[in-house]
Amino acid sequence: MAEKNLSSLSAANAVRIEALADSIGAKLHECYQCGKCTAGCPMAGSMDLMPRQVIRHLQLGLLDEALHSRAPWICATCYTCSARCPHDVPISELMEAVRQQAERAGIRPIRRSHLFTKYFLLPLKWFGKNHELTLTMFYNLASGRVLQHFSYLPAMLKGSKLKIFPARVKNREAVRRLMENCEREAERI
Amino acid sequence: MARTGVIICHCGSNIASVVDVERVALAAGQMPGVTYAATNKYTCSISGQDMIKQAIAEHELDRLVIASCTPRMHETTFRKMLTKTSINPYMLEIANIREQCSWVHTDKEKATEKAIDLVHMAVAKVLKDQPLFTSSIPVHKKCLVVGGGIAGIQAALDVAEAGYEVTLVEREPSIGGKMVMLDKTFPTLDCSACISTPKMAEAGAHPNIRLMTSCEISAVTGYIGNFQVTIRQKPRYVNHDTCTGCGLCEEKCPTKVTNLFDQSLSKRKAIYKLFPQAVPAKPVIDSEHCTMLKSGKCGLCSKLCPLGCINFEDQEDFITETFGAIVLATGYDLIDWAKAYPEYGGGKYANVISGLQFERLVNASGPTEGHIQRPGDGAEPKTVVIVKCVGSRDPAKAKAYCSRACCMYAAKHAHQILEKIEGSKVYVFYIDVRTPGKGYEEFYDKTRADGAVYIRGRVSKIYEEGGKLICKGEDTLIGKQVAVEADMVVLETAMEPAHGSTETAATAGVSADKDGWLTEAHPKLRPVETQTAGVYLCGTAQGPKDIPDTVAQASAAAAKVLGLLAKDELETSPMISVVDAPKCSGCGFCEQVCPVKAISMVDVPSMYNGKRVTRTVAQVNSGLCSGCGACSAACRTGCIDLLGFTNKQILEEVDALWQE
Repeated sequence: MAEKNLSSLSAANAVRIEALADSIGAKLHECYQCGKCTAGCPMAGSMDLMPRQVIRHLQLGLLDEALHSRAPWICATCYTCSARCPHDVPISELMEAVRQQAERAGIRPIRRSHLFTKYFLLPLKWFGKNHELTLTMFYNLASGRVLQHFSYLPAMLKGSKLKIFPARVKNREAVRRLMENCEREAERI
Repeated sequence: MARTGVIICHCGSNIASVVDVERVALAAGQMPGVTYAATNKYTCSISGQDMIKQAIAEHELDRLVIASCTPRMHETTFRKMLTKTSINPYMLEIANIREQCSWVHTDKEKATEKAIDLVHMAVAKVLKDQPLFTSSIPVHKKCLVVGGGIAGIQAALDVAEAGYEVTLVEREPSIGGKMVMLDKTFPTLDCSACISTPKMAEAGAHPNIRLMTSCEISAVTGYIGNFQVTIRQKPRYVNHDTCTGCGLCEEKCPTKVTNLFDQSLSKRKAIYKLFPQAVPAKPVIDSEHCTMLKSGKCGLCSKLCPLGCINFEDQEDFITETFGAIVLATGYDLIDWAKAYPEYGGGKYANVISGLQFERLVNASGPTEGHIQRPGDGAEPKTVVIVKCVGSRDPAKAKAYCSRACCMYAAKHAHQILEKIEGSKVYVFYIDVRTPGKGYEEFYDKTRADGAVYIRGRVSKIYEEGGKLICKGEDTLIGKQVAVEADMVVLETAMEPAHGSTETAATAGVSADKDGWLTEAHPKLRPVETQTAGVYLCGTAQGPKDIPDTVAQASAAAAKVLGLLAKDELETSPMISVVDAPKCSGCGFCEQVCPVKAISMVDVPSMYNGKRVTRTVAQVNSGLCSGCGACSAACRTGCIDLLGFTNKQILEEVDALWQE
């Protein structure tokens, strides 16, 4: 891999990283690279960059490398890293911020992962609560792999892991308003 | 006929639970020369001691064996007890039947037999004991401090404040050392000169301190409490008694010389004060560069001096004085990195500088009045690379050890650059960041918050390209090669012992480790003492350290000195080496093995075949001898004996072991 010339990175690059960190109140310099986030990460085994390395790239100003990493998309947002960080760096939020930045820049390190994020929100808006079957149906249709994971269906229905009908939520209108507010806010950014 | 008393101690159940003490006492009673043998539950207690005293009086005992714990525990207790009896305190032997018997054995039968053997040996030895008497040596209540850096100044001030006279010897024309070169000190960022110059002035004006600048130690003889030290006063060519330090000579001197105090970043005159706040605030002439001294031409300073203080005929002078204690505070130098690191340019790039050069650059009284300007062209550097561990932790190229202060002053340098140069970028290449001090980690955190980018990895190469210094390294945290185009590079170089410090220490009988750092008597429990009694050390002479540790150690050394000087006389141990001169062949081997330089070879008149001849024999200085016995073991003719452990006594012990 070509060497990284740290001093020739553009000022705009630094501004973007700072904005990214500021948007979630993260202070990147506080990370001293102890690796406790990586150590406890249940998804690290599938990541190309370890969570620590995602932060490290941002510290050095290597934004593109961070945006092209699969790691933020594999992150399960379980918050184990954030909970254990000795310097209170909000790592889960940072992963989310990197995902958003990548999505805006049209960078998709994992081909369909943005679709999952998109359709994850649909049943939430409609029913006020997630409905996995709706999510799966939409995701499979959108991704063009209609029968993906189909063989798991009977067992998951039988074991009540999937429900045929969405759960009843008392005030689904309030959730919808909440979601719409969020969408407007997101567009504003 | 000897009348020996033997006491077998139960030590509660410590001994008695394993060793059959009554049987040992019974056996001891049968041994030759033993008049009295008994057991005691706690021999070291007051009642135990009273019982012994009573037995001594009742049985008219003239020597004593106590079978108990190790002599390290209670030998002094029992010796002290004997001073109140008719027995000489050195007519005592301790048989260690606790640490070397009951505590390490479980077989009662065998342990008891071993205890009997140990007692038998002690009895055999005590029969050959001779009364020994302590003598006392007077303490000369005056202290010599070698080295006028912050360590030496602090030690001198502490001793002087306690009311004792101190002579502070410094080879440079001013005291102050390295600390006065620095700009600010971590982690509090107080100005180094502002806190060290008052101490210098205090040392210069203290009624109990005699400053001897431009001086070096040339010889040390004598021993604790009585060192005769010869001090060489180098010629200054300026009469400091009459000089007022007006500075006219320095102003008018036409010869310009590289200023080493400014780390070669500026020029000074051939007649000069080391720096503006020098103590004493009087100039000296640099004989290497003065044209008058070299070629006899010029002499301008002499013509201008209103008081006629210039003396081109000045000669070196030797002064011998007696001191009770010596403190070595000889300090450090930085390594010559240019030789060791050709990959960093080997000194050919003007803008690759050392940490100490940076200190002068950023110092308000330095060559640039505190403006950070790169030496090459005077431009303000916008991108600065700091490289740590240059020469430290690098056994292949320089030093294997960590220089300990660099992590923190590297952080300080980064902070100073970011603070003073707007829009500047600082990259710090490091292997580890070590911040073990009060407020240190917080300072490091703050430096990163200031914007310093820390890159984990050593710089592999620095080269110039398009007016920039390209620094190549790896960020090992992401495993990628990185490069930084810098305007200036600061190398945080390793400390090494000040040049000549090991030789100075050797003069005072103090040894150094493989790197030249002076060796303390014990790395943990006697950190400021040396193997030579009466000689102490402090500061970076002992090893790399920062200012707080140096000052703490200096005060510790002063406390040790005060403990010594507070005594009017010292009691010397009588268990020292003696030479049987007629048997000595004068081979000198003992002189070589003596770790405290207590043995010297002397010529003595003698008779040989009726003729007067001179023979060379060994002589022991009783004040210096520590009683280690190395000479006795080394002596080929067996003419050196260690009193209290004579060859005869040891052999009697061995014999006793094999007798039935």
